[in-house]
Amino acid sequence: MNVQPQPIRTAAEQALLALLERRLAGPAVDGPLAGRIGELRRAAHAAFAANGLPHRRVEEWKYTDLRGFLREAAPAATALGISDGASAPSAVAFPGARRILFVDGQLSPAGSDLADLEPGLTVVPLAQAMAVGRGTVEKFGTLAPQRYDGVLALNTAFFGDGLVIQIADGAKIERPLHVAHLVTHDHPVATYTRRLVEVGEGAAFTLVESFEGRSGVPYQVNDALELFVGDTGHMDYVRLQDDSETALHLSTVMVDIGRDAKFHAFGLTTGAIASRVSLYGRFSGTHSHAGIRGVTLLKDRQHADVTLLLDHAVAHCESRELFKTVLFDETRGVFQGKIVVRPDAQKTDGRMMSQALLIGETAEMDNKPELEIFADDVQCGHGATAGALDEDLLFYLKARGLPAKEAEALLIQAFVGEALEFVEEEGLREALIARAERWLNARTG
Amino acid sequence: MPAVQETVERVRSIDVDQYKYGFVTDIESEKAPKGLSEDTVRYISAKKNEPEWMLEWRLDAYRRWLTMEEPTWARVSYPKIDFQDYYYYSQPKSTPGPQSLDDIDPEILATYEKLGIPLREREILLGIQNPTSRVAVDAVFDSVSVATTFKAELAKAGVIFCSISEAIREHPDLVRQYLGSVVPVSDNFYATLNTAVFSDGSFVYIPKGVRCPMELSTYFRINERNTGQFERTLIIADEGAYVSYLEGCTAPQRDENQLHAAVVELVALKDAEIKYSTVQNWYPGDKDGKGGIYNFVTKRGDCRGDNSKISWTQVETGSAITWKYPSCILRGDGSQGEFYSIAISNGYQQVDSGTKMIHLGKNTSSRIISKGIAAGRSENTYRGQVTAHRRATNARNFTNCDSLLIGDRCGAHTVPYIEAKNSSAVFEHEATTSKISEDQMFYCLQRGLTQEEAVALIVNGFVKDVLQQLPMEFAVEAQKLISVSLEGSVG
Repeated sequence: MNVQPQPIRTAAEQALLALLERRLAGPAVDGPLAGRIGELRRAAHAAFAANGLPHRRVEEWKYTDLRGFLREAAPAATALGISDGASAPSAVAFPGARRILFVDGQLSPAGSDLADLEPGLTVVPLAQAMAVGRGTVEKFGTLAPQRYDGVLALNTAFFGDGLVIQIADGAKIERPLHVAHLVTHDHPVATYTRRLVEVGEGAAFTLVESFEGRSGVPYQVNDALELFVGDTGHMDYVRLQDDSETALHLSTVMVDIGRDAKFHAFGLTTGAIASRVSLYGRFSGTHSHAGIRGVTLLKDRQHADVTLLLDHAVAHCESRELFKTVLFDETRGVFQGKIVVRPDAQKTDGRMMSQALLIGETAEMDNKPELEIFADDVQCGHGATAGALDEDLLFYLKARGLPAKEAEALLIQAFVGEALEFVEEEGLREALIARAERWLNARTG
Repeated sequence: MPAVQETVERVRSIDVDQYKYGFVTDIESEKAPKGLSEDTVRYISAKKNEPEWMLEWRLDAYRRWLTMEEPTWARVSYPKIDFQDYYYYSQPKSTPGPQSLDDIDPEILATYEKLGIPLREREILLGIQNPTSRVAVDAVFDSVSVATTFKAELAKAGVIFCSISEAIREHPDLVRQYLGSVVPVSDNFYATLNTAVFSDGSFVYIPKGVRCPMELSTYFRINERNTGQFERTLIIADEGAYVSYLEGCTAPQRDENQLHAAVVELVALKDAEIKYSTVQNWYPGDKDGKGGIYNFVTKRGDCRGDNSKISWTQVETGSAITWKYPSCILRGDGSQGEFYSIAISNGYQQVDSGTKMIHLGKNTSSRIISKGIAAGRSENTYRGQVTAHRRATNARNFTNCDSLLIGDRCGAHTVPYIEAKNSSAVFEHEATTSKISEDQMFYCLQRGLTQEEAVALIVNGFVKDVLQQLPMEFAVEAQKLISVSLEGSVG
């Protein structure tokens, strides 16, 4: 009776495994780091073969069953789709930001502004960085969580193109750098992109990322980003996920925060039929601050999941999280946030809040704010609320002559505004607020 | 501040021996053969003179249990339990069932007296000045109920209060209708095990419109070595009825880990109210984490009728491992659920406790107040779930769970699941973790309190919200327990 139960694999899992095996048999990366990357890929492949796609029985994926959302394994996009013609989608541009464009998972030199980079800023395509063995690439994969993360494993096994961005010690890069992702194919493809960003000691940098694609195409995005914020460094990270209403968006953001450093992140999520962002943050130096905020606006039958794991590994760090979700129609929002305070992380100050506005009668919000605390001299708190718009406030506005729709829009704007105002760079903040308002007006107007 | 001084003195008076209920009653008992098999189940059923349907029910549960796996999701760790290494039934030879007080083995009577639970009604009346706050007690010793007090007086009001074994024989229709209707046979690993081998527990039925004339109480005592106690409690409050029920538990100090897997089912019909309070003080193990009770308990209340209410209050200080989530199913429209909890862990104790509030009916509301205090090398986890289903319009929940850490080698964790599937649901959840602030300590010390007095004062303030919910008799007991558990925490 020593028979091990054979795991049942879904059709998509079997197809993904077949694609992975073909990928591993294909041409490997050359250069000094080829061995290391090859090892990571093989390990990711083995882990995926053993564990498959995350599903409901996996605690971290309790509310987002990828076996259900990923029923067809789309082939990884290798060639560019249709990037011209009237029906071709175009990527958003933020005023004042330098833009680098990825079309269908590949760097588009034509659409990217790589000329006259500021002193101290280096931007190198991932393949090239691996070939020459640039220092930072050695950090590749080192921020991955201990526990198996199926989405990250797929990214590691499959990733094709990407970027290595370095900010030299002490360099203050004022102009935001915008990495835009666009999917143009008119048939389902999958993109696997990866970036590694290292902000040097005392350096300052603003990174903006956007995700968009062709409407009506059920494409799949699997993106991973590794960020290292050096001692006394300051990094702002802003992301806009506005993928098409048929897309599946999966992202993993990993960040390591050094001593006396600042890390601010903000995400606006409006796109994709189903999305999941996993953010793994770690304080590795004392006296640092992290502020992580997000706004999610959902309509029709969208499903959006934000999962956060913040590891206070050292003492004297401060973290603030604020997530706002607005749910229309039959949407489902998920927030899972976990603050871990390790035994030596005394004087930790952590505050996490998730608030949801349920507008659609059958909308659903699932909150799981967790605390895991092993140090006694800490201040930690979390809160979670879910509810409809306040009838009294609506009445107040209507009594002052505002039409019902406008009153509702105004209250929702105020609700999400509390999080949006934390975007530090003014131009970006204005652009995001305008986007959120347009989305809300289209929905409520 | 006399109360605080008193608390501190109480802590001092038990300085060496923390757990004062650790004595063993020297009494001969009759046990089922060691281990678990269909024969064990048949043995227990036969001992209880149970009808055939009951035996079938148990055997069915046992067969299902064989196919189930021990849950591992809770934040507790312990060596794998060898379920064959326990005695599943143990009864004092001299007292095989409830009977008149004169026939009870004096050793057992003395045990309960020593625990502060007088079983002689006359003594109860002497002990408490106000006769309206009398408490009827069902005393369970290892696997059998040895005495139930005030039965005659309760019967006058129509209240049935007896051991579950007696209820199976005397009131089979009520038992068949409700037993297993809140916690189904295969609900979870431990509940299924309990269904197969449960030995005794209390049964309460409050008829329509009756307000139970006194507090009901069960006192559980594990005495025998290597025994598992599997009690089963079933409380039914018929339309418009009210009952307040108290539960207390202790066990002797032993080096082995003893097993306790109980199932409690509450049913509240239309306009009924059940208040269930627990002071859990099983042996927690010694200062090196040796011994102690494994406490795996399934408690669930079903607000079946409209405008019914179930309220859980618990003070958890004992057990080596606690795995317990008293829950409310808010099925009736306008029903209410409450959960008030203080969980204190010390030494090497591990607590994973919380509640579930399942909102199914319209206009249902629930409130959760949980205070966890971790000291020594203990782990204290709050795990809770609040769910509003599609049709549960206007569901309301307020949750507040705070943790206090005393010392730098313990852990406090919060794992809430908050699921709103209805736009008219309003859920609020807040949780904080902190240590006793230096400002608060400084303020108290400035005013001449000693360090221990200051800690006792601050902790009592911290848990006040929960203590207020306890019936008067228990609040005093709970206050004592809090001081006991915090002994040795300062410095």
